Amino acid sequence: MKLLALDTSTEACSVALQYDGQKLTLDEVCPQQHSKRILPMVQQLLAESGLGLNQLDGIVFGRGPGSFTGVRIGVGVTQGLAFGADLPVFGVSTLQAMAQAAVRLHQAKQVIAAIDARMAEVYLALYQQSADGLMQPVCEELARKPAELPPLTLAGEICAVGTGLVTYRDVFLQWASDTQLKISDQVLLPSAQDMLTLAVPAWQQQLFVAAELAEPVYVRDEVTWQKLPGR
Amino acid sequence: MRVLGIETSCDETGIAIFDTEKGLMSHIVYSQIPIHADYGGVVPELASRDHIRKTLPLVKQALAEAGCGASSIDGVAYTAGPGLAGALLVGAAIGRSLAFAWGKPALAVHHMEGHLLAPMLEANAPQFPFLALLVSGGHTQLVRVDGIGRYQLLGESIDDAAGEAFDKTAKLMGLDYPGGPLLAKLATLGDAKKYPFPRPMTDRPGLDFSFSGLKTAAANVIAAEGKTPQVQADIAASFQQAVVDTLVLKCRRALKETGLKRLVVAGGVSANQSLRLQLADLMQSMKGEVFYPGKEFCTDNGAMIAYAGWQRLRAGQAQDLSIGVTPRWPMQQLPPV
Ligand SMILES: Nc1ncnc2c1ncn2[C@@H]1O[C@H](COP(=O)(O)OP(=O)(O)OP(=O)(O)O)[C@@H](O)[C@H]1O
Ligand SMILES: [Mg+2]
Repeated sequence: MKLLALDTSTEACSVALQYDGQKLTLDEVCPQQHSKRILPMVQQLLAESGLGLNQLDGIVFGRGPGSFTGVRIGVGVTQGLAFGADLPVFGVSTLQAMAQAAVRLHQAKQVIAAIDARMAEVYLALYQQSADGLMQPVCEELARKPAELPPLTLAGEICAVGTGLVTYRDVFLQWASDTQLKISDQVLLPSAQDMLTLAVPAWQQQLFVAAELAEPVYVRDEVTWQKLPGR
Repeated sequence: MRVLGIETSCDETGIAIFDTEKGLMSHIVYSQIPIHADYGGVVPELASRDHIRKTLPLVKQALAEAGCGASSIDGVAYTAGPGLAGALLVGAAIGRSLAFAWGKPALAVHHMEGHLLAPMLEANAPQFPFLALLVSGGHTQLVRVDGIGRYQLLGESIDDAAGEAFDKTAKLMGLDYPGGPLLAKLATLGDAKKYPFPRPMTDRPGLDFSFSGLKTAAANVIAAEGKTPQVQADIAASFQQAVVDTLVLKCRRALKETGLKRLVVAGGVSANQSLRLQLADLMQSMKGEVFYPGKEFCTDNGAMIAYAGWQRLRAGQAQDLSIGVTPRWPMQQLPPV
């Protein structure tokens, strides 16, 4: 099975390619430059593998949460590539991808993943490793002020990942003071290679869908725009 | 050469296919107006969220309606500016990536060049050189056009665009968004001489415009006279007359100064009937000819983007792999063909 993964949801711009037991990854941190970098990065990995886009089996994309525009760049690129090469797609959570990175780098069993969501909020979710080695969510993804987080439902050792943990380090340490919280200094942003890890079982379960069904998950969906009086 | 065009610069998703031999093979415009109506104007984030849902399904529909396979497309053109950054990025990301996957060239189209060239989709297309009046929601410009990419800006609005003035005045009058066409409809019931609205910047030389004072004048009338149906209609008619008079006067001036005999009028406000009637009179008196886009190609659409892209792609121009958008982009910066 040959899969391409890409993510532009956060400050990171990440592309990974899996084929014949090999995995190639390109991770860059390039705020505001994703739209310029993403296709050259895809082209570079394809060239290294010697594969053409239409020799792949599917495309995996970071579906958010993250910057609204960043998430849409990734989804738009995915839609264009996948429709153009007639490939199915599968969306992976950026938070879950970071949790999976904590397995890869820290052998974590439990994870708090949080992305700085601006406007004094974080995107946050909790994960536990299941028998197959994959991180599974134990709560819904939230957008919250760090001071207003719901009570923590995990105990024991928890690995904490993502930019949210950097920005709000002390708040999180306080929140998780009944646990052994270990803040990762390696997993700050999602990487497409971990999206591949999470997408493989989805491929086997035939969960990939048509290109036009690639959709962003914003998490922050409540409408905060001012309507006209009486509407 | 067959080109797929994608327009997502504001609140319309427009998709079209233009072919050298067959002309316009299909074109679809999906309007987001109902989404934004409750807010009285375009909410950029909501616009972007809708574009990403609609663009690819409409591309598929346009291909089906044209009866052509994806493999027959020779290039992809997408609007890269001016417009809302987030909205532009959706069309640009999808369009640029589609072209990459197809192994075909892509072109980043200037939205106003799209408007400008839209009259060339008509049977009676204008020849170069000509004077262009671009009147839309975001622009009011007089441009000397000597060829594709050979543009000289002669004058423009120093504040609100003409379409913006229509929309803002309509909003003051309590009309639904976008109020321009509704205001124009109301104007047919009113007395255009009832209220003496200003004709800004017509009493001095030059080809620039200013329309921001008109909404204030309209607000004053509404405050003084209330909002009865007849007052509404009279304000609409008087306001429209002031805008049209100003546009016509500057067109006459520009035609005289340049010696050009052909006038091209494009952009949303070019659909305005009163403007068309008075420009017809002007061109008759000056023994010239005036050209318009078809009614459905006055406001934003994919056909004008496919056409503008086709003109440049067939000349060998193309965009590299970066998905750049340019929310502010003077048209004079475009390279000639
Ligand atoms: N019949 C009409 N009379 C007056 N104004 C009209 C009429 N029909 C459309 N308009 C105006 O045209 C504008 C929309 O045109 P268009 O779609 O070309 O503008 P835009 O794309 O928003 O702006 P731009 O092209 O400058 O980026 C609106 O302001 C609308 O009110
Ligand atoms: Mg327009």
